[in-house]
Amino acid sequence: MADTGVLELLRLIEKADDGVDSVDAASRLGVDHQVVVGAVKSLQSLGDIISAEQRSSKHWELTEEGSEIAKQGSYEARVFSAVPLEGLAQSDLMKLPFGKIGFSKAMSNRWIKVDKAQEGGPRVYRSVRIIVVDQVREKLLLLQKGSGSQLEDKDKNELKKRKLLSEVTVKSYWIGKGNSFSTTITKQETELTPEMIASGSWKEKKFKPYNFEAMGVAPDCGHLHPLMKVRTQFRQIFLEMGFTEMPTNNFIESSFWNFDSLFQPQQHPARDQHDTFFLSDPALSHEFPQDYLERVKRVHSEGGYGSQGYMYDWKIEEAQKNILRTHTTAVSARMLYKLAQQEKFTPVKYFSIDRVFRNETLDATHLAEFHQIEGVVADYGLTLGDLMGILHQFFTKLGITKLRFKPAYNPYTEPSMEVFSYHEGLKKWVEVGNSGVFRPEMLLPMGLPEDVSVIAWGLSLERPTMIKYGINNIRELVGHKVNLQMVYDGPICRLDS
Amino acid sequence: LLDFTFRRMLLSDEEFDELCFEFGLELDEITSEKEIISKEQGDCKASEASDIILYKIDVPANRYDLLCLEGLVRGLQVFKNKLEAPRYRRVRPASGEPQKLIITKETAAVRPHAVAAVLRNITFTQERYDSFIELQEKLHQNICRKRSLVAIGTHDLDTISGPFTFTAKPPAQICFKPLNQTKEYTAAELMTLYKTDSHLRHYLHIIEDKPVYPVIHDRNGIVLSMPPIINGDHSKINLKTKNVFIECTAMDLTKAKIVLDMMVTMFSEYCSQPFSLFHVNSRELAYRTETLSSDFINRKVGINESTEKIAQLLTKMCLKSTATGAGDEIEVEIPPTRSDVIHACDIMEDAAIAYGFNNIVRTTPRTYTVANQFPLNKLTELLRQDLAAAGFTEALNFALCSQEDIADKLGKKIEDTKAIHISNPKTAEFQVARTTLLPGLLKTIAANRKMPLPLKLFEISDVVLKDQKKDVGARNSRRFCAVYYSKSPGFEVIHGLLDRTMQLLEVKPGSTDGYHIRAAEDSTFFPGRCAEIFARGQSVGRLGVLHPDVITRFELTMPCSALEMDLEPFL
Repeated sequence: MADTGVLELLRLIEKADDGVDSVDAASRLGVDHQVVVGAVKSLQSLGDIISAEQRSSKHWELTEEGSEIAKQGSYEARVFSAVPLEGLAQSDLMKLPFGKIGFSKAMSNRWIKVDKAQEGGPRVYRSVRIIVVDQVREKLLLLQKGSGSQLEDKDKNELKKRKLLSEVTVKSYWIGKGNSFSTTITKQETELTPEMIASGSWKEKKFKPYNFEAMGVAPDCGHLHPLMKVRTQFRQIFLEMGFTEMPTNNFIESSFWNFDSLFQPQQHPARDQHDTFFLSDPALSHEFPQDYLERVKRVHSEGGYGSQGYMYDWKIEEAQKNILRTHTTAVSARMLYKLAQQEKFTPVKYFSIDRVFRNETLDATHLAEFHQIEGVVADYGLTLGDLMGILHQFFTKLGITKLRFKPAYNPYTEPSMEVFSYHEGLKKWVEVGNSGVFRPEMLLPMGLPEDVSVIAWGLSLERPTMIKYGINNIRELVGHKVNLQMVYDGPICRLDS
Repeated sequence: LLDFTFRRMLLSDEEFDELCFEFGLELDEITSEKEIISKEQGDCKASEASDIILYKIDVPANRYDLLCLEGLVRGLQVFKNKLEAPRYRRVRPASGEPQKLIITKETAAVRPHAVAAVLRNITFTQERYDSFIELQEKLHQNICRKRSLVAIGTHDLDTISGPFTFTAKPPAQICFKPLNQTKEYTAAELMTLYKTDSHLRHYLHIIEDKPVYPVIHDRNGIVLSMPPIINGDHSKINLKTKNVFIECTAMDLTKAKIVLDMMVTMFSEYCSQPFSLFHVNSRELAYRTETLSSDFINRKVGINESTEKIAQLLTKMCLKSTATGAGDEIEVEIPPTRSDVIHACDIMEDAAIAYGFNNIVRTTPRTYTVANQFPLNKLTELLRQDLAAAGFTEALNFALCSQEDIADKLGKKIEDTKAIHISNPKTAEFQVARTTLLPGLLKTIAANRKMPLPLKLFEISDVVLKDQKKDVGARNSRRFCAVYYSKSPGFEVIHGLLDRTMQLLEVKPGSTDGYHIRAAEDSTFFPGRCAEIFARGQSVGRLGVLHPDVITRFELTMPCSALEMDLEPFL
């Protein structure tokens, strides 16, 4: 519909007191109903110019056959007229296009009769003299005039059955004036342009409203990996707490630094082929601080520093074996040894978050490599209460405030404590980390002062990340089987919320 | 069984769980035989199984004294002040000489140590007997390291007569009827016989290759056992056995003594003189006394308790302690059951456990330190942010992979990589540490082929390279790798990312002080489509369009360009 058509519709509405039906409007404007519907929709998009309420109505309409009958008369009436007074051979009657239906209807109306005994086959005669009232035609004409309401439903259904009549549903609008009704409309702009800004014409223009229901266009951007986002947050927490980052970029470690320096005996199950990845090339480490190595050997095999030792034959060959480090505590050991070599001891707080390796059986939550988070504090006179206090501060930053501690065993810490937090969802205490005070058999051979205590704790990076991002299978998070859509869709990481 | 114990302590399941937590045990599961069978094999099979409640408890790996019900119950009862820790005594037989075990020098070649003891007038019931056998098995799996370090043999003393001899003989000269067999076998025959035994075959390797095998026999030559494989049938124990001879043969004497002490202390409860046992060769029971100060414990734990109170706390942990009265001195007696106590710090821990970890006041240490980032990690963190801002998505791949990933698939020979090799990988996925980040990114694309193109990925991680200059013979190297995967190779995209990276690293284009790229040959890349990256005169990496063979080997179908470079030169 041209704009003028819209204007005509608006004028029509202006004149109508409480509105106009779109079907009515179409006939008054002499256009198809669909054209009016189009005009209504386009006016609706311009704001509150008109009000349009959708309604539907049913009415009866003659079918093509029905219209024909209304014009020509019913088949039965036509059969009656076709039969002359002297009668007509039934076979001839049947040749007429309306013959079959008209014959049976005229028969049941008793307008005609058949004499089967005639020569040359059955013959049809009129059984009434005068022309009868063609009720079917009368009813159809009534409906055509729009006076169908005078008919009974029974009649309508009868006609419907004869496919002369059909019931149609018409969807139309009841159109009235909107709050900002006007018979003149200005064309709406879709977007603000530089020209409008320059000329100031935007002040005069009306703008097409936006559809705020639709989604925006996704920005073309890269994404950080969720595990690395969580790592960044843990780094941040440690830095906020004054912890210095340890250089953990050495995945290959000697058994000496990974186990022996930590007072982990050489027959310990963790040093088994089943638990640890050993190297065939380079198979052995060669350089060790000799006098320190001797002290380590002695404390394992004979004791000392107040310890009974493990009383076994400590072998350098076992200590030399290269492995993929099983924990970052190997780096902590190197750092503490280095610290002990300082002329004067200074307190330190260290942390690291890096990969460790276990030759373990893999499942939905275990991989052969994972990230270990570790914190270490060395100072004079640290207590078990201090360790709990630091752990409390650390976990508070993760949004975990309810903690309790369970005695545990670890070869290089004594006391050792497992850290449990109360999980509100699961309604139970779950293990969230491990902690302890490093044994004197580990610290004293390094040369640290006797009254220095070193407290430490560790946890995995993967587990809190899986909980945070609701991931059940670790392979969807780490490694090449990662679900990139998950990476794309991941929210920012705030551990305390 | 355990049910009995804590019912006697009048504890509910929750209270028992709480007690375990406090004591450092993990109550894994409360179940019954019926429940286990019904879970594994269905309800119908379970109908005849026992309903007796079972408590599955995890015990700390160094507490061998808690491995059997007898020890666990004793430990918990002492902890709850329901029982005083028993004092184990070595006694001499009422008549006659103590038993003797003679160790001959031949054993040095195969299994040099042995210790033994006798439990006299013991009364077994089915439950006690089962527990006795179970403890033996747990110790075998645990501290004995599957019998390789220590093996335990138990015998009916009334069927044999001392002195006993522990010696070693060539396999052909050892002949006896082994446990539960009907005829005699030579040691050599036994090794063949047990090859197919689902249980014993795991222990054969311990002595198989030795010229001589260890054997213990009595004064009449009756074989008690051929450790660590099998006992003789002659001296086997049963429910009616009154006097048990226990021998432990070992590679490690300390562990042998621990194991023997554990066996005898745990079950001496059932002797006619409870907690009495007879050590062979007159060895004393290993009680030891340590002296320490309550100040030490208070200082280390962070509590402030009297000397007497601390002595009481320790006593609750089966470490009988007394305040000597000399200052704050405490004398602590370490029983033979507590082989885990080897230092004052172990005693301190027990005091803390008895005090209750969760009763200790949480304090903040006053340690003042200034935090520093590790420079390489700081650079990595900053760069990652800007690479994501440049439109690339971060991947995170495994440090371990197969040889094929880093060599064959990239058109390289494994000898030419500086890869470290793992000697005991369970699968090919763990043969080497990666020497390049590229395979991981290509595998990430292969696993995400349903995602819309182009795929733009990057990773900053460490690779591992052999390096003679390092003490361990290898070092990590921090790398940056990026790939562009789409319908066209997009070399210009990857090249543009290099330009952007250099801009971020404050290296300008230029041949001497800046960076430039120069055509290079590399079998990973399509000929004529590879360039080497130089920064400040040093080669730092490569970029280019990947060779179609490489693309195919990684199960990809589209052209792909890639960039990989070292980051450490930019520190």
